[in-house]
Amino acid sequence: MQQGTFRVKAGLAEMLKGGVIMDVTTPEQAKIAEEAGACAVMALERVPADIRAAGGVARMADPTIILNIMEAVTIPVMAKGRIGHFVEAQIIESLGVDYIDESEVLTPADDKYHIDKHQFKVPFVCGAKNLGEALRRIGEGAAMIRTKGEPGTGNVVEAVKHIRMVMSEIRQLQNLPNEEVSAFAKNIAAPLELVMEVKKLGRLPVVNFAAGGIATPADAALMMHLGCDGIFVGSGVFKSGDPVKRAKAIVAATTYYNDPKILAEISRDLGEAMVGIEISTIADHERMQDRGW
Amino acid sequence: MKIGVLALQGAFREHCRMLEGCGVTAAEIRKPEELDEVKGLIIPGGESTTIGKLMIEWGLMDKIKVRVEQKMAVYGTCAGMILLAKEIKDSSQPRLGIMDIVVRRNAFGRQRESFEADMTVPEFGPESLKAVFIRAPYIEEAGQDVKVMAKVHNKIVIARQNNILVTAFHPELTKDDRIHQYFISMVKNA
Repeated sequence: MQQGTFRVKAGLAEMLKGGVIMDVTTPEQAKIAEEAGACAVMALERVPADIRAAGGVARMADPTIILNIMEAVTIPVMAKGRIGHFVEAQIIESLGVDYIDESEVLTPADDKYHIDKHQFKVPFVCGAKNLGEALRRIGEGAAMIRTKGEPGTGNVVEAVKHIRMVMSEIRQLQNLPNEEVSAFAKNIAAPLELVMEVKKLGRLPVVNFAAGGIATPADAALMMHLGCDGIFVGSGVFKSGDPVKRAKAIVAATTYYNDPKILAEISRDLGEAMVGIEISTIADHERMQDRGW
Repeated sequence: MKIGVLALQGAFREHCRMLEGCGVTAAEIRKPEELDEVKGLIIPGGESTTIGKLMIEWGLMDKIKVRVEQKMAVYGTCAGMILLAKEIKDSSQPRLGIMDIVVRRNAFGRQRESFEADMTVPEFGPESLKAVFIRAPYIEEAGQDVKVMAKVHNKIVIARQNNILVTAFHPELTKDDRIHQYFISMVKNA
């Protein structure tokens, strides 16, 4: 019997495909998410919109919050640790959490290095804006990738930019003759072995979800069309007028993304969406997607 | 021959790939009417609560029950096994409830305790089978009509009751297609 193998780590992400993972800050919200059909929840102290509003240093949640949320639901529970903060990750792992998000939504703890994720039994998900970044994270041991988007904005444009970039780079790579792959790998600063694997598979070797700015069922369906395997939704649900109804609609939209009639039906009467933020109004140093490298 | 894979949430793509590899046409099933076109059905791993809720909401629950009663072969992996069980320990979640087994969810532990193991399945000969268990359930009790096909750590992890097959693990994450071949022969003989 072998535990913590890469197949087991990446396997859980495969089981989450076609599903929605929701940010929650209390056991009550976790129950709402489970009831609405979330396939996992992300336990954190504040949703990204509140982290953005509060400013200051954002850290791992209090273990009590994480444990209470784990107690409240039977679906997998994920939790966020800071980029490079392997001690926060060790603490989260010791709690028995099912997945760790090494997340740019929190303030990075290391300005050069990410966590060596191979050292952990618990799998990691990391954000990426492009193919090179995704493969560097997978090289470090990430078993799941998500777009970064611009979290807490309710504005999907950056998540769209990131998935389009990843998919377009994969298509370029597939069209290269083998002798040009090494230079391509060097240009995107990714491990050659993983670049070769992507060329062969025509996709990332792990599951790739959408995250950052998803606020409506249509946003979720758009990301699925562009090639994402599932959806992370944060502020978009609990900062909206009717979280239960909106959460259910986003779950349905992720499954039926290819059916505009169903999407029209589930998009009706959802109440107020979260207030969105235009990306150009966010100062450079406040842009979360630029954290991580 | 066409076999459906319930595609509401979970590892449905891997099952489709596996079926196609065995020379069978796979169809993703999201609406009740799509069930009319298939001879068998796989309910994949994923989150059983999520899949169960969506099955009810989109009218698939009753239709699948009727088809299985009319002898359509069905195969559930992990979450699929939970959804087929009559009794789920400590849970009142939605289910098809058509197989005479009692299952326990996350029975081996959380993700940290997920594992790979080699096991022998008498039906498949002496060559061992690599099985991937992810937050996996197991069968605590099996009814008289249920044939236990394999155990791991003394827990039942493969079982069959007439036209219903279940595994607690994920053969679709490996290259070993013997379970899928076995299910395809069940569909053919149904």
